[in-house]
Amino acid sequence: MLNYLSKKSLELLITFFGITLVSFFLINLAPGKPTDAVSDLNPRMTPEIRAIYEKQWGLDKPVHIRYFIWLKNFSKFDFGRSFSSDSRPAWDKIKERLPITILINSISMFFIFLIAVPIGIHSAVKPNSLSDKLTTVGVFVGFAMPVFWLALILQLILGVWLNILPVSGIRSLNYENLSWINKIFDSMRHLFLPIFITVFGSLVGISRYMRSTMQEALSQEYIVTARAKGLPESKVVYKHALRNAILPIITITGLSVPGLISGSVIFETIFAIPGVGQLLYQAAMARDIHVIMAEVVIVSILTLFGNLLADIGYALADPRIRVK
Amino acid sequence: MYFYRHLCNICFIFSASFFFVHIATLAQNNQSNSFSYGDEIIIGSSAEASNLIPMLSSDSASHEVSGFIFNGLVKYDKDLTLIGDLAQSWEISEDGLVITFHLKKGIKWQDGTAFTADDVLFGYETIINEKTLSAYKEDYFQVKKAEVLDKYTFKVTYEKPFAPALASWGSLVVLPKHILEKEDINKTEFSRKPVGTGPFKFKEWVPGQKVILEANDNYFEGRPYLDGVVIRIIPDPTTMFLELKTQGLDWIGLSPLQYKKQTQSEFFKKNYRKFKYPSFSYTYLGFNLKHPWFSDKKIRQAIAHALDKEELVKGVLLGMGNISTGPYVPNTWPYNPNVRKYEYNPQKAKELLRDAGWQDIDKDGILEKNGKKFEFTILTNMGNTTRIKTATIIQYRLREVGIKVDIRSLEWSAFINWFIDKKRFEAVILGWSIGLDPDQYDIWHSTKIKEKELNFVSFKNQEVDELLEKGRRTFDIEKRKQAYYRIQEILAEELPYIFLYVPDNLPIVSARFEGIAPTPIGIGYNIEKWYVPKNLQKYRIQE
Repeated sequence: MLNYLSKKSLELLITFFGITLVSFFLINLAPGKPTDAVSDLNPRMTPEIRAIYEKQWGLDKPVHIRYFIWLKNFSKFDFGRSFSSDSRPAWDKIKERLPITILINSISMFFIFLIAVPIGIHSAVKPNSLSDKLTTVGVFVGFAMPVFWLALILQLILGVWLNILPVSGIRSLNYENLSWINKIFDSMRHLFLPIFITVFGSLVGISRYMRSTMQEALSQEYIVTARAKGLPESKVVYKHALRNAILPIITITGLSVPGLISGSVIFETIFAIPGVGQLLYQAAMARDIHVIMAEVVIVSILTLFGNLLADIGYALADPRIRVK
Repeated sequence: MYFYRHLCNICFIFSASFFFVHIATLAQNNQSNSFSYGDEIIIGSSAEASNLIPMLSSDSASHEVSGFIFNGLVKYDKDLTLIGDLAQSWEISEDGLVITFHLKKGIKWQDGTAFTADDVLFGYETIINEKTLSAYKEDYFQVKKAEVLDKYTFKVTYEKPFAPALASWGSLVVLPKHILEKEDINKTEFSRKPVGTGPFKFKEWVPGQKVILEANDNYFEGRPYLDGVVIRIIPDPTTMFLELKTQGLDWIGLSPLQYKKQTQSEFFKKNYRKFKYPSFSYTYLGFNLKHPWFSDKKIRQAIAHALDKEELVKGVLLGMGNISTGPYVPNTWPYNPNVRKYEYNPQKAKELLRDAGWQDIDKDGILEKNGKKFEFTILTNMGNTTRIKTATIIQYRLREVGIKVDIRSLEWSAFINWFIDKKRFEAVILGWSIGLDPDQYDIWHSTKIKEKELNFVSFKNQEVDELLEKGRRTFDIEKRKQAYYRIQEILAEELPYIFLYVPDNLPIVSARFEGIAPTPIGIGYNIEKWYVPKNLQKYRIQE
């Protein structure tokens, strides 16, 4: 097992550097430079001033040299400064946006599993029943509906017409003056719509997956055995079938770890949520290499880590993999 | 003169209060004593400020916020003339080479330290410092010598007379020396919690959400009536409008559609006031003058006759704008109303094209010459629906005179780097924001045609070159006016661009605010004189 783990870790390390290398060069292949946001079509920008900018940022060096400089700084956990005119450390910019993104994503993910898993089980136990059909249609409607449209309609109905929920933002203007219980209530009111919309749009994947693994489990011979020995149906379903069917779902959970920190540009923009998605989008548009690379590093580490967890999980469950 | 990308999609709150134009003004309003102190204004902004040191940021969101906090030596008045702000007066030497500023006495930075000429010199030395990443350096490189004569006298000497020089002594170069002297300007914390001399002082910045400012009790023009200003960041224009409907915002910029159709209800009439005035920008159809077809003036004039600008204003801006005839905004002093105009006349367009040798020989509706069909592509930037609509109407009108137009929209960076800079285009639809100084040397001078320079249509005209030079070398407003009037005549004749329209700024402000007086530079210039009658006040600053 130890041998397996060290081999695996080495693989991941190489993959990680591969990712940073490819990302760095890809970003540099895109048209434009990080300083363009300031200098493009700006009449005050003479070639001399442009040269000052490029020299200060080290953009006058060839791309492979810049990659090694980046790598050297990264080894000291320094992601460099953002190229936007605030010049703040890239990590600071990401760090201040992470909590809200992680909060929204973990609450959403919790509800997705809480709702989708029972839907999937139910559909598998009673396939083609009316309730199966209704929930199937329901989750697909959620999947098919454009996020921005649903968001705007709910903002209009709940926020403007009924005036029971805030339209956007994550806190009221008088938040600082609220008691702690009202602070929590205020945050809940602000987060309700973004979370509801994320959950509604994402039910389909888990519920369909659950349905098919559950159906497969229910068709196994040990289920027939269980039924034959006279176990009540609830025990057959929830104890024997579910335990086997839910394993792949747990793997999916592991793999969705990186999803926790990558925000969604669309709903963050619509709901004015200062999350990671917006930052990354702006950074990509402005070719802000340091911010993009910092995000790439975090996401790839989490992805690789999630993969490792999944591999370990399989290895633990299945001896055949360990041998290979 | 800034390139603007998202015309109607972005909330242009203060686009008229250009950079060093300060929000504050001398305009005193003492006809009534019903002014009451208190309340806050909540402003919606689609973008977050990046850096509150004016010389370091080039985004309008940052200048909007820093405009509340900082003053310059001079500022633009309502009629676009320069008046003193921190400077009491100034003298310009006969030869136009020396400007001597006399500063107002007794002004204090918001931390209580006295403001002196040393702060101006410090600002100047900072901006010309090689290490400072400022896009505005160029104006200050023209300075030969800057000196502090005494605590309240500041003198600058130029190599050559330079008309935009006076305006450059705005808020870009006034920084508190006592705070920043030992700091690295590019990395200082000051950029996120500045100290200025202006009507409002910085209180708090909640990243991604809002910036909070509070009244400066010791403001040298008198404390503002409002207790504070909150700038809320709401990136999506539709969400911003919904927030307005719930009265969560007091001031936003409307799109033409919102102005005309969505704010007509009783609710809006009762709770809000709308304003409408030309923005300092225009949209144009620019030709690549190196292209064999468009190098012919007749062709450009024919296209001008084939387009109906009124129709564009009505169709694209829903009437919320004016047609444009040159690179200046109507009703400002450099604007020349009497230039050649091209009325909508497809017949004349066809005749001009026929004179140039273009005829529809194979009767397919498209003109030909030497076996080539008259077909070209208009490029514009992706995501700007106003420009794409404009291109579509132009496509339709040109089809009527036998020209086939294709429209292609491109991601901004690719557009600029691969097409504009390399001059790989036939025609483009783009816009310029116009500075308050009429100098447009960089856009029209024939030396500015290299890669990355702004005369990317490759316009060359000896007389315009001379006039541009003349216009920036004199401080005499009459002489400048003559030069810029003549430039507009030549541009209207030569048509390197077809100037299409000047969109309006369409701000909407909660009706509880009084003291708003619209002028050509907008409404925000006197915000420290806005007030809310006691019985209507909504927010209270809580300590």
